[in-house]
Amino acid sequence: MMMADEQAAVAQAAESVPAVSGPIFVEIFLLALLFATAISMIRMRQLFSVAMLSGIYSLLSAAFFVALDAVDVAFTEAAVGAGISTVLILTGVALTAKWEMPVDRERQILPLAIVIVTGGALFYATLDMPAFGEATAPANAYVGQAYIDQTPTDIDVPNIVTAVLASYRGFDTMGEVVVVFTAGLACLLLLGVGAIRGGGRNDDGEH
Amino acid sequence: MFAATTLALGVAMILMLIRAVLGPTVYDRVLAVNSFGTKTVLLLGVLGFLMGRPAFLDIALLYALINFVGTIAILKFFRYGGLMTAMDDEDPIRQEGR
Repeated sequence: MMMADEQAAVAQAAESVPAVSGPIFVEIFLLALLFATAISMIRMRQLFSVAMLSGIYSLLSAAFFVALDAVDVAFTEAAVGAGISTVLILTGVALTAKWEMPVDRERQILPLAIVIVTGGALFYATLDMPAFGEATAPANAYVGQAYIDQTPTDIDVPNIVTAVLASYRGFDTMGEVVVVFTAGLACLLLLGVGAIRGGGRNDDGEH
Repeated sequence: MFAATTLALGVAMILMLIRAVLGPTVYDRVLAVNSFGTKTVLLLGVLGFLMGRPAFLDIALLYALINFVGTIAILKFFRYGGLMTAMDDEDPIRQEGR
């Protein structure tokens, strides 16, 4: 029942806005690869391989975001997910263990229940969402429409996103930059530049 | 023609994924991730033309840069156990040769 509804919604979205979304088979293919990668990451016990697969997962989701036309999200995902967090995970692997310990069956039940409930709630929430790229959706109707109408006359910046970030929300952007700069500075001071040492060489153990 | 290219890239991505999952050594996996990033860049480029918006090429170029830097970071970490160590001081092979 739910599957039929979802397929109908997807088909409707694909018919109404063919130009905005990528070809539907590309999205299905990317989602299938994401699923396979996630299953492999769960099944694997060697943490270095899991770190590598998480890099692949980030690249795949970045490609999926591009297919959904969310280019800025995709770029952040590629930079943070595939670049920084892979190295962070490797640092953690070097400091702790190289193999994952098996977990008891009893201790797996509660996390599984939490994940199923959360996933079910998220699926339930998507039923209320407007169709992908719908013109009457709240995100496209009120404020977005006003920005699109008024930006060319208000501000002499041709790019609307740049105008919103740098002019309409200029102080907000400055605050964000200050926060990010302070956080980076605090991290550097806490960790100490040049004092980071991993736990020696990081051999795979199989070759 | 773009659809056929997308299909070929998809097959290549599946092969890379299999190699990253099965790969017996670390280097197989690093190489698989690097090739997978390259395939992602190519897929983004093809996807831009497939959707009629070749402006995606810029993003694909940025992905290529991130992919390169990320692979260098992983390899340097793997070799020296950290990112901030100098390359010349702690080269194990050179020290063994002395």
